[in-house]
Amino acid sequence: MLELDAGIPDGDIRDKWRNHLEHVKLVGPRNRPKYDIVVVGTGLAGAAAAASLAAQGYRVHVMCFQDSSRRAHSIAAQGGINAPKNYRNDGDGVYRLFYDTQKGGDFRSREANVWRLAEVATGIIDQCTAQGVPFAREYGGQLANRSFGGVLVERTFYCRGQTGQQLLLGGYQALHQQVAAGNAVMYPRTEVQDIVNIDGRCRGVVYRCLQTGEIRSLAADAVVLASGGYGNVFFHSTNAFNSNATAAWRAHKRGAGFANPCYVQIHPTCIPVSGHFQCKLTLMSESLRNDGRVWVPRNPGDTRPPHQIPEGDRYYYLEERYPSFGNLVPRDVAARNAKYVCDDGLGVDGKQQVYLDFTDAIEQRGHQVIAERYGNLFDMYEEITTDSPFKTPMRIFPAVHYCMGGLWVDYNLMTNIPGLYAIGESNFSDHGANRLGASSLMQCLADGYFILPQTINDSLHDIYQDKVGTDHPAFAQHEKQAREHIDWLMARTGSRTPMAIHKELGEVMWDKCGMARTADGLKEALVRIDELKDAYEHDMVVPGRADTTNQALERAGRLGDFLELGHLMCRDALERDESCGCHFREEHQTEDGEVVRNDDEFGNVGVWEWKDDGPHEKTTEDLTFDALPLMTRSYK
Amino acid sequence: MRMILHIWRQSGPEDKGGFQRHELDGVEEDMSFLEMLDTLNERIIAAGDDPVTFDSDCREGICGACSCVINGRPHGPGHKSTTCQVRMRAFKDGDEIWIEPFRSGAFPIVKDLMVDRTAFDRIIEAGGYISAHSGPKPEPNASLVPHPVAEEAMDAAECIGCGACVASCPNGAAMLFTGAKVSHLGLLPQGQPERWKRARTMVAQMDAEGFGACTNYAECQDACPKGISIRFIGRMNRDFMKASLCEPDTRQGQLKAH
Ligand SMILES: Cc1cc2nc3c(=O)[nH]c(=O)nc-3n(C[C@H](O)[C@H](O)[C@H](O)COP(=O)(O)OP(=O)(O)OC[C@H]3O[C@@H](n4cnc5c(N)ncnc54)[C@H](O)[C@@H]3O)c2cc1C
Ligand code: SF4
Ligand code: FES
Repeated sequence: MLELDAGIPDGDIRDKWRNHLEHVKLVGPRNRPKYDIVVVGTGLAGAAAAASLAAQGYRVHVMCFQDSSRRAHSIAAQGGINAPKNYRNDGDGVYRLFYDTQKGGDFRSREANVWRLAEVATGIIDQCTAQGVPFAREYGGQLANRSFGGVLVERTFYCRGQTGQQLLLGGYQALHQQVAAGNAVMYPRTEVQDIVNIDGRCRGVVYRCLQTGEIRSLAADAVVLASGGYGNVFFHSTNAFNSNATAAWRAHKRGAGFANPCYVQIHPTCIPVSGHFQCKLTLMSESLRNDGRVWVPRNPGDTRPPHQIPEGDRYYYLEERYPSFGNLVPRDVAARNAKYVCDDGLGVDGKQQVYLDFTDAIEQRGHQVIAERYGNLFDMYEEITTDSPFKTPMRIFPAVHYCMGGLWVDYNLMTNIPGLYAIGESNFSDHGANRLGASSLMQCLADGYFILPQTINDSLHDIYQDKVGTDHPAFAQHEKQAREHIDWLMARTGSRTPMAIHKELGEVMWDKCGMARTADGLKEALVRIDELKDAYEHDMVVPGRADTTNQALERAGRLGDFLELGHLMCRDALERDESCGCHFREEHQTEDGEVVRNDDEFGNVGVWEWKDDGPHEKTTEDLTFDALPLMTRSYK
Repeated sequence: MRMILHIWRQSGPEDKGGFQRHELDGVEEDMSFLEMLDTLNERIIAAGDDPVTFDSDCREGICGACSCVINGRPHGPGHKSTTCQVRMRAFKDGDEIWIEPFRSGAFPIVKDLMVDRTAFDRIIEAGGYISAHSGPKPEPNASLVPHPVAEEAMDAAECIGCGACVASCPNGAAMLFTGAKVSHLGLLPQGQPERWKRARTMVAQMDAEGFGACTNYAECQDACPKGISIRFIGRMNRDFMKASLCEPDTRQGQLKAH
């Protein structure tokens, strides 16, 4: 059984973080250069943490598998980042953001963490502006805002449709300033293979240089995983092509608890799959739902072009079913409703797709305003589909987008392995069973700039005296295992490519563990995944050599972890015998298809422990709902 | 469609390399260029051979990883698009396509179509930042940035660091990349204190990395997937000139002629 102590500070929720900061242990500036910290990942979370820790004076080693830290998956975030600045004077504040996030997450997040997130969020905008992030400005020169789903205020800050890019470049520049100053060292084209625990503390990593194939180790006083989410289990997702779960999963196999793996967000507005060759789906930002209206033909089989379908024959299903939030309902609700109408045979052209229509917005606000707001998204859409959203409605359908589940962490963002931390999308804590738009960037930067750099000292303050080096036999032993694993992969001489097996895994996951799940379906998926694991072991082919760049080998290694993780996701979904947020079990729904939670039995976090010699074991962390009592979500 | 592909294969930085010919059937118009290469690779792997190595990640034109020269043009036939955004509908059945890596002395070839662009990171390290390490910061609306200035800064900030500007330049210059960063930061009020030093040190690093000089071919602007304008090169040159002719680091932080 895992021993989980979240270490939530006592006191009123409003005071917890402040009180905690007054009591965390510190490391003096003269001692910090004696500590080595490994940061795995250079997305928003990793870049921000690495830059902040290096600027404090720690010796920071930063790894990413891309050729440059600037290319981490965070770069692709489009829509924006939340902060309760209340610039609009529309009643926003810390409590509101807390409330929206708790409710949006369907009461499956840890409330103390969510409150802290809401509290530090405004500082992120200040920090990023100071770094030169060119947030959109109004004509008077003040920062501009837009709105996102699931909330009734305008609190989203943005840089055209490239908010993630600009925020990441801010973090990247800050990180590379530290590289120049000698406080941080970059390890690009590097993939962490394993973590090394010695006497109950994480003491470093084993990694592979993707260019030369060498396996090496790095000893450290703390390891921070900022390795992103695992949405690519589904093969088709909006995540970057190479995003993977390997770092988190291998840490899990060394003892770190994995929390709520079944919580996966399916984003309602993506470009539908168009062909068997496709390997990656393109998101159309949620911000589009500010001005776009979602509809399908009211009558099945209506194949008239959209502009010939009169108002009366159009079914604006979100507006009709949710009059107060309309097109801006949270993502899980919007995605599920798209599925329902398509299941009812109302999908556009009989396919799995619905319209997102800008005609009214263009009429009301004018072509120019819409072009300024969404121009690059419209261009992107047109370039992929050859249709211009200025002339004809977009066709969209939900796709896998974000993982709320991840490594279990305590209030200090430390996993249950002392010295091993998880931040950003790789941890589980803040978004419960459904994340609201524009709040991942917020969480990644909150973790990286403001939370981890203060909490990490707590576990570091007294350990540099007993430094462990890579000469410790544990490193040699872990390296040997990593080499053996690579050799095993290279010895696969079957007939199926890693990508082909991965695709099949994705199909199983999407069908059985996607937008709607049933006990029978999940049981079937578990069997299918075992079969795929068998194919992976006995019928996969890995070409080429291990001592040079070998992308097929990289894929094969990641696939092994996806197979194991996919299996656990299905088990978690099976055992969470309720519906909540994105986790929709068909057995638990109201008459009109809304989720039905079971708070008595499942008002908790499900945390899984890896067993070398048997199936996973589950422990739970009970959640509290003091600051915001449980209620049934309603967006009607 | 059926394509005839001539793909640059090179086992490592030291290898001489050369074109390898492949014929690929069943190419669909909606495929992206990289999905076409994926399809080819799947066949190569199934046959037990070494697939073509190339960089890509986001596959939607924002990370800057993809980097192929297609029929002599960095990022291929599209206008303002990256390699990953090129669709096969840009080609006809039976077309021959020549695929090469981004070539430049400062971008050594890693393998096949993959190059090493860490020189760009080092240019950023030389000054492509505003020093503001994390902690409490002033209220952003305390310093107003007029809409057009913010938009101009954003135009420059859109650079994805792909290196097409270098690959397209007969001199292998990195002026567009560097000019974009110098301009983005130099336009904003927060970027003023380090503005002159930044222009000097980034340009110096660019030279040290072995990038060539700019002789106004303007090929870079044409090849740039983000449409970064060469006016940012002009802006950088002006900042650089001022910074070298003057002694910007007076106690008042102002420019002072020698
Ligand atoms: C298309 C798209 C649009 C989005 N838009 C928004 C938005 O508008 N607002 C919002 O709030 N959120 C948005 N999100 C979500 C958000 O972008 C992500 O959740 C967030 O960027 C994750 O950041 P991260 O720092 O946790 O990890 P990532 O950015 O995924 O970075 C992971 C890093 O870890 C490294 N890494 C991983 N494994 C290893 C390993 N084994 N060894 C070494 N390095 C490793 C990678 O190289 C990379 O540097 C969007 C997501 C997508 C897909
Ligand atoms: S300036 Fe354009 S071509 Fe050059 S690196 Fe930036 S985006 Fe690429
Ligand atoms: S793969 Fe990211 S820009 Fe092409």
